[in-house]
Order: sequence, then C-alpha cells, then structure tokens
Amino acid sequence: MKKTKFYSIHEKLGAKIVDFAGYKMPVQYSSIIAEHKTVRTSVGVFDVSHMGEIFIRGEKALEFVQHITVNDASLLNDGRVQYSAMCYKDGGIVDDLLVYRVNQNEFMLVVNASNKDKDYNWMVESNSFGVKIDDESDEYSLLAVQGPKSKDVIEKICSKNLDLEYYHFFLAKIAGVDMIVSRTGYTGELGYELYFKSDEFSAEKIWNTIFEAGKDFNIQPVGLGARDSLRLEMGYCLYGNDIDQTTNPLEAGLGWITKLKKSSFIAKDVLVKVKDEGLKRKLVPMVSDEKAFPRHGYELFADGKKIGHITSGTVSPILEKAIALGYVDSEYAKEGNQINFIIRGKEVPAVVTKLPFVKV
Amino acid sequence: MNVPENLKYTKEHEWIKVEGTTGIIGVTDYAQGELGDIVYVDINPDITELNAGDPFGTIEAVKTVSDLYAPANGKVIEINKKLNDEPQLVNSDPYGEGWIIKIELSDPAQINSLLDSAAYKAQLGQ
Repeated sequence: MKKTKFYSIHEKLGAKIVDFAGYKMPVQYSSIIAEHKTVRTSVGVFDVSHMGEIFIRGEKALEFVQHITVNDASLLNDGRVQYSAMCYKDGGIVDDLLVYRVNQNEFMLVVNASNKDKDYNWMVESNSFGVKIDDESDEYSLLAVQGPKSKDVIEKICSKNLDLEYYHFFLAKIAGVDMIVSRTGYTGELGYELYFKSDEFSAEKIWNTIFEAGKDFNIQPVGLGARDSLRLEMGYCLYGNDIDQTTNPLEAGLGWITKLKKSSFIAKDVLVKVKDEGLKRKLVPMVSDEKAFPRHGYELFADGKKIGHITSGTVSPILEKAIALGYVDSEYAKEGNQINFIIRGKEVPAVVTKLPFVKV
Repeated sequence: MNVPENLKYTKEHEWIKVEGTTGIIGVTDYAQGELGDIVYVDINPDITELNAGDPFGTIEAVKTVSDLYAPANGKVIEINKKLNDEPQLVNSDPYGEGWIIKIELSDPAQINSLLDSAAYKAQLGQ
C-alpha cells in the first residue's frame, strides 16, 4: 500500500484509514455527516493525492487527446479544464477524467486512482500520434479545498490574484511551493484543487498554511466518506459504481460531454449508432422518504418486475432522505415515475427526480 | 476502545447486559466506530421471540448497512423507541442510551457461552 505525503498528518488527526486504490487513505476524521456539512456550509480540505496525473506532450498532443476522449478538447484554451471520458472501441467507458490544457503541446489528464495503470496502458496502446505519455501520479500531491469559504481561504495564501473562473487553472505559489491552482472539485461547491510536487516537509507546510488561513472559518479535514456523499448529492458519476466498461456515456447521462459532431474519436461510430437507435436504459436519480437506504447493487422494480439496479445510494446528509442513482429501462426513466428499491426483500417506494439532489 | 467488563459479547459485535432475567442488547463501541454515523436502526416489528444468532434488524450508517443478531434466546420485551428520532445515540453512547432491544432471557445460563470482555478484546486484536 502506498501512502500520500499527508499520511502522518492523517494519523495524527486520528483519521480512520482504509485501503483504497492501492493507497492508505482517510475515510473520515470525525464523522461523515459533520465533514459533509462543513463542506456545504464553510470549507473543508481533502487529500486526494491518490488521483492519477498523466501528461501528454508533443506536437500532436491535442490530436491525441481528441482521439482518446469523447469531449471536444479543441474548445480549450491554455489554462482551461474540461470534464471528459475515454471509451473503448465498443463504447464502454475506460474512465472519466479532467483534461487540463497547459498549452497546445502539453495536456494533463487527471484520472481515477483505481484506473490509472489501466488508463496509462490504454493511452499507450492508442498512441499512433507519437506523443510522449508520462504517468507522473507518484510525484504529484493533490489537495481539494472545497466549500463556500474556500475562496476566502485560498486568496489569503495564493501568490496570484484569485480571479479564476470555474474550470480554469493557473500556476502560482502557496507556502513557497509551485502549484497548479484549479477551480474544480467533486462536491458541487465553490472550490479549488491544488496540484504540486513536494516532499513530506513541504506538504506539511502547505497543509498548515491552508489550515491557518482557514482558522476563522473553522476549516476541517474531510475524508473519502464525505467525498462520496457530497458527489452523490450532486449526482456526479463515480467510476466503478455508476459508470464502467459495461456502460456507455450516453446512457450514463454524459451525453453533454460526448461530442458526436467531433470529426473522429475512439467509439464515435458505436456511440452515434447507440444514439440513433435510442437508449435502452438510462441512469436516473431517485429519492425516497422511507427510512431504508438504497445501496450499490440493489435491484429496482416497477410494475412487479425488475427494471434495473442501483449504482450508488446513501442517505443525503442535507436532505436527510434516501438518494440513489441507478440504471432503469428507458420507459421508466421519466421524472416523477414511481420505482421501488428492493431493500432486503422488501419493496420501498421511490420516485425519479432530477439533478442535483441538493441545490448549492 | 471501550469494552466494559460487566457485559458479554458476540463475535458479530453485539453486547448483552444481564439484569436478573432481562437481557439488554446493543452494539459495541468498536461496531459503532466502524459503521460511522448511524442514521437508522431498523428493528423488525413482527419479531416477538428471538433465538441466539437470529437476525432481528439492521443498522443503517451513511456508508453501509449491518445486520443485528440476537446474542441469546428470549422474548422481546422492549425496543428502544428513542432511536427512531435519535439513532446517533448508538454512536454517542453505545452501552447506555444507545441500547437497542430488551429480551426476557429464556435461559440466563446461555450467556456464559458468549465472549467475555477479555475474549472480545482479543478478537479485536487489542
């Protein structure tokens, strides 16, 4: 198991540590619900250094990124970020990712921790463009500072004026360390993600600088548990739960990032066909007032028959209601439709709703 | 980790406290810590008799759900209704206000086959 540069800090804080994607990661420090609410109301800090950073460099970097991702990377200027996905030739999803355009000849692709080796191999296999592909995941640390007060915290300590639009980034210094400051996140809140290379000593300095700057806002560390409940309240997909190689981006509700008019990319033909033929199933958000909570893998029933399954589910700490994402046969996907969660053999009534579950 | 000496334990992390012929049952401090924030304690309302090892309900936490198993045989005499509105009592006071169910023990001697605090601690690796 690998440890991030912040591991000893997590230990000192008494975090509950779990093995996740090859890393010893903090799942919670105090309580998932308390940490969740901290991010919704003030500001929290996540160590997400397990995420993968893969750099694409070369004259044909843009062409390569266009080829392997479904979104249109040609729309990016330097300093812009784009949410995208990579597909296999059959349309199944390799991974979802963030595409950072450093310049036309250099892109940083931020991928899921559990997928980074698979992603790297897929990129190498798909590289008929002569680009250089460097997995620099082990060198980069990543902290996400998220919540309505995140700007107040980061602007105190950032070497640059923090006029950063959503999904933009720049290079700056915090605590004397060069870093990529990116206005992105996985919580739905105003937030920043900080990518940097450092030893443990500088990592601790950065951590302490952020917490000192956030003292007045009662800044708190937040674990992977709340990261999951926060993203689910927004309806953001989690690879391995809601999307994987057996799902395509259109049925996963990622049609908005799948640019079928783009000249060519891996799986374009298949996805065009899927769209023309109509989706057989769709990922839908569902909510229930019952006190029984949906979980990954539970079945979904309507009209007395199985119509799908739950891919993510929990109790929303903000709504205090059961929320879930799941695939259902398309005829049941309409907002307002009644669907039953099957929880320990019992039918629990739920209704198809719309995203986000929680408005921020 | 709090493992009181006056209680008996199951391998599945329930505790039972014997008062005369009454058995008070809950989940251990370790269990509540592993589950994290508990959001609902669901006791099967139809159950009147329990046999040791029977599932009698579930505990829902934000991250996960866990079954509850009876540590001993007996007749159900009370369910902790306070947990309906305050399930977090299981987190904050697992051996006190966070108790879950009371039974009239049909065979109090049966308790002796359960783990004592030392054996339960050993199971937790402490």
